[in-house]
Amino acid sequence: MMLDDFFIRAVLAGLGVALVAGPLGSFVVWRRMAYFGDATAHAAILGVAISLAFNASIYAGTMLVALAMALAVSALATRGRAMDTVLGVMAHSALAIGLVAISFVPAARSDLSAYLFGDILAVGRADLALIWAGAVGVLAVLAWRWQRLLTASVNEDLAMAAGIDPRVERVVLSITLAVVVALSIRVVGSLLISAMLIVPAAAARGLSRTPEGMAGTATLIAAFSVLAGLWASLRLDTPAGPSIVAAAAGIFVLSQSVRPR
Amino acid sequence: MPRLRRRPGMSALIQAQGLTILRPGGHETVLQDVDFRIAPGEIVTVVGPNGSGKSSLVRALLGHMPLAAGRVTRRAGLRIGYVPQRMQLDTTIPMTVRRFLSLPRRVSDDMAAQTLVRTGVGGMQSRQLTHLSGGQFQRVLLARALLHDPHLLVLDEPTQGLDQPGIVAFYTLIEDVRRQTGAAVLMVSHDLLVVMRASDRVICLNGHVCCEGTPQHVSTAPEYRALFGTGAEGTLALYRHRHDHDHDQGAPCSRASSAGAR
Repeated sequence: MMLDDFFIRAVLAGLGVALVAGPLGSFVVWRRMAYFGDATAHAAILGVAISLAFNASIYAGTMLVALAMALAVSALATRGRAMDTVLGVMAHSALAIGLVAISFVPAARSDLSAYLFGDILAVGRADLALIWAGAVGVLAVLAWRWQRLLTASVNEDLAMAAGIDPRVERVVLSITLAVVVALSIRVVGSLLISAMLIVPAAAARGLSRTPEGMAGTATLIAAFSVLAGLWASLRLDTPAGPSIVAAAAGIFVLSQSVRPR
Repeated sequence: MPRLRRRPGMSALIQAQGLTILRPGGHETVLQDVDFRIAPGEIVTVVGPNGSGKSSLVRALLGHMPLAAGRVTRRAGLRIGYVPQRMQLDTTIPMTVRRFLSLPRRVSDDMAAQTLVRTGVGGMQSRQLTHLSGGQFQRVLLARALLHDPHLLVLDEPTQGLDQPGIVAFYTLIEDVRRQTGAAVLMVSHDLLVVMRASDRVICLNGHVCCEGTPQHVSTAPEYRALFGTGAEGTLALYRHRHDHDHDQGAPCSRASSAGAR
């Protein structure tokens, strides 16, 4: 059967992440949450360490830790500190603490790089099912709340005047981000998840006239990057996760030469 | 010019008693014991120096801010069109004028086109918001606020960043809108003289209501002069030409001890 082929599974896993990276990545760019994405994604390493130590599912562990991180950061964000600094501290501390924690788990030490940079070629059927279920779930939530999320991202006062509570929308984005981090850890790894969100969306910005156009274009760019990265990985024997992100970066550079409309 | 007069017994759109608001996360009061009321069709302007609590008052009236004391009553089913302060679209968000008008409630193409014409930016549907001039952008914001047939327009410093002719043109537009729709208007402004000319009632705020009444009345009140200086009064005459007929009976200045009403 088709899914028996590891490469087909890798392609499908990558496309599942690409599908949701477009719209969610657009919100990350619109709300200037790049560091926020980093902090959440880096926390996933700590989640991996905890999951392995307690013999639990890696998806559950990374999702819980990423969610805790996302909620902590978004609570701090409302207190009016120097956000740049706070997020920088959180993002890098999360990574460092995660790496320290994982060193205590012998099982994880051997394939640490699989968690840092992903191991998309080792994705199994169960992974694939989870990735697609999560991606479709996140897309459904984003579609359901699209107008509210978008209004709150454009201007919080405007949103409140329309009866939208920006805090609720912030929590929705935090939760969806945590889910996507957990889904992506096998595909691109903790260090490159936020690149997968930001780079395609940033490349799509100059090519788009509306928010929906940008989200759709970002998804197409992410999907193309997955295919290009996996092809490179197969042909040139390069690491798959970094190749996917490098392909997206190439498209970003090309997009910069297009006259912004 | 037909005017919707404040009549006794007519229910206020928003009414507030004894509002006290604290600075977020602090204990200092931003506003102390403020009463407020706006009736259908009325243009009320809140003026005051920076940090006087103008925007806090508006946010409290809209229910966006917790109250330390007091009560705000909004008429049931009240539709508010809102133009926020210092609204600046992040350049990372691609957004046409047309798409923006459909946030968060979608509107038909016809309605979008008509409303843009009404605020003097007709035909701009496909322009990017970030490519508009300051004056065009404010008119698009006003168009969006007018879309759902509001009873009350709330404009928080709507002319920031506009030049003097732009400011005068914008307030003329506000008066036209009020005349056409009968919507009440609540404005917060720095543009004392121009905005006061367009108002039925002016509230001068500085942590509390310093004085309140017709533009003429407030501009001669000692409390107002203490805040803005006597120089402020001379230029008012320039903008008074459309208010030289009778429609205000000199609402008393709530806190003034000696202000001479007409």
